Amino acid sequence: MTNLNHRTVDALRINHGELLRNWAADMEANTSQAALKAGELQQQMTEFLRLFVRGVEAGSPGSLATGEWSEMRHFLEKLSYNWAVMGVDSQETAAFIFSLKRPVMVLLQREFGDEALFFVEQLWVVSEFIDVLAMHTISTFQKSREAVIKRQQEELLELSTPVVKLWDGILALPMIGTLDSQRTQVVMESLLQRIVDTGSQIAIIDIIGVPTVDTLVAQHLLKTVTAIRLMGADCIISGVRPQIAQTIVHLGLDLQGIVTKANLADALALALARTGLSVGRAS
Amino acid sequence: MERIPILRMGEFLLVTIQVDMHDQLALTLQDDLADRISATSARGVLIDISALDMVDSFIGRMISTISGVARIMDAETVVVGMQPAVAITLVELGLTLPGVSTALDVERGMNLLRTRMGRA
Amino acid sequence: MNSVRSGSHPVRLEQDVVLARQAVRKLAQECGLRLVDQTKLVTAVSELARNTVVYGGGGEMDWEVLEDGPRKGIRLVFRDEGPGIADLKLALTDGWTSGGGLGLGLTGARRLVDEFDIASTPGVGTRVTIVRWN
Repeated sequence: MTNLNHRTVDALRINHGELLRNWAADMEANTSQAALKAGELQQQMTEFLRLFVRGVEAGSPGSLATGEWSEMRHFLEKLSYNWAVMGVDSQETAAFIFSLKRPVMVLLQREFGDEALFFVEQLWVVSEFIDVLAMHTISTFQKSREAVIKRQQEELLELSTPVVKLWDGILALPMIGTLDSQRTQVVMESLLQRIVDTGSQIAIIDIIGVPTVDTLVAQHLLKTVTAIRLMGADCIISGVRPQIAQTIVHLGLDLQGIVTKANLADALALALARTGLSVGRAS
Repeated sequence: MERIPILRMGEFLLVTIQVDMHDQLALTLQDDLADRISATSARGVLIDISALDMVDSFIGRMISTISGVARIMDAETVVVGMQPAVAITLVELGLTLPGVSTALDVERGMNLLRTRMGRA
Repeated sequence: MNSVRSGSHPVRLEQDVVLARQAVRKLAQECGLRLVDQTKLVTAVSELARNTVVYGGGGEMDWEVLEDGPRKGIRLVFRDEGPGIADLKLALTDGWTSGGGLGLGLTGARRLVDEFDIASTPGVGTRVTIVRWN
């Protein structure tokens, strides 16, 4: 990438107030920017232009890794992260930077319009610079969005299946909805962790709310029961629907040594009995 | 030579594994425990592995062997404090330690041993 | 898929197995692997590094931190110049062992990682490659 001619750099620096006004006017006319407050946007634009002028004075942005451009890179990364979190879409984010092209072109045309060759050449270089900045912004924007989605998925997973304490030393995991392998895994891990945290002797996994299971999920369930035993606690599975019982038998999975109960109440009664407690009617 | 200490508590032996064990250390522990069971006529062995962040097939085999040897010498073995991540990994590895008793912590392991003694 | 960083550890003595585990634990933490996934990877390392020492007569563990979009991962290569494995299919059968082990080393390690590859030539050596993503 070539550097800008010093005359162009001077023009950008001297006229940067005008550039900012034109850019702001364009932005207002062309994009909704619904998620952004006007004042905030203005602030971002001012900062962007300041860093842009400072950058072009030093030379071409290259990969944005070096010297004068690194501050611009940090600025863009912070901006795209914030916008991604705020829910600004990728088009608006890209438009923010690309919309600088027109005011820059107008400015260069006025300054160097009568030197056609020079004008075109400089316009191309500036355009390349802006493209680099836009590309970097979009790629970090994308990464930020992916990170946000990943975090939300994890939060959702944890929310969807809470481990509850039924009694001192007795935990229950009521599972609801279709189980996929990943969800089962995360849920089971949090159950195991809760067993350690609470020192619970018995864990009940209730699957009455689960319509079907596939091989992987059934295997996962069995592995969890084994893992719980290795940790020194016991596990009861309750609410096995007829279809699921059939699946398990069809799959040839070995349920030996696994205690199952028809419903959560029976499982709790067994758990209480095992911990040496009994429930009776107060006379 | 590096050794894992074995504590005697009444008729039980307590081993707390707190180091990242290399294989020779595990084998030494296996031998030491057999000797101590014999020397002290211990009725129970507690192996606390709550500080272990990993149990591979070698350590798993050591645990099974200790448990088997102890049983022949009339002592019960209880493994206590296995971390959830370790338990999940062991199951995935294909090691389920059949015949090895487990408990959540040392106290419960001790109770388990006492109950078994009482029954015997 | 980019390789971000890489390096190598000697796997010659029994103690090196412990060091390899610790090194990989650190890498796994840096890559943001969940605790369970860290444990699985470290356990696989223990099995494979032991094989390298015991059956391969010592060798190297090459490590590499990978980046594939938002995902991060670790690739490990265990290589030795030992006698090699004549029958790979047999060696990858659960319960089969040439030594005194449980025969879970190779097969177990394979179940603990996302990608597993083994190449071996009798008389030349063995090379096991594993990858675990976050």
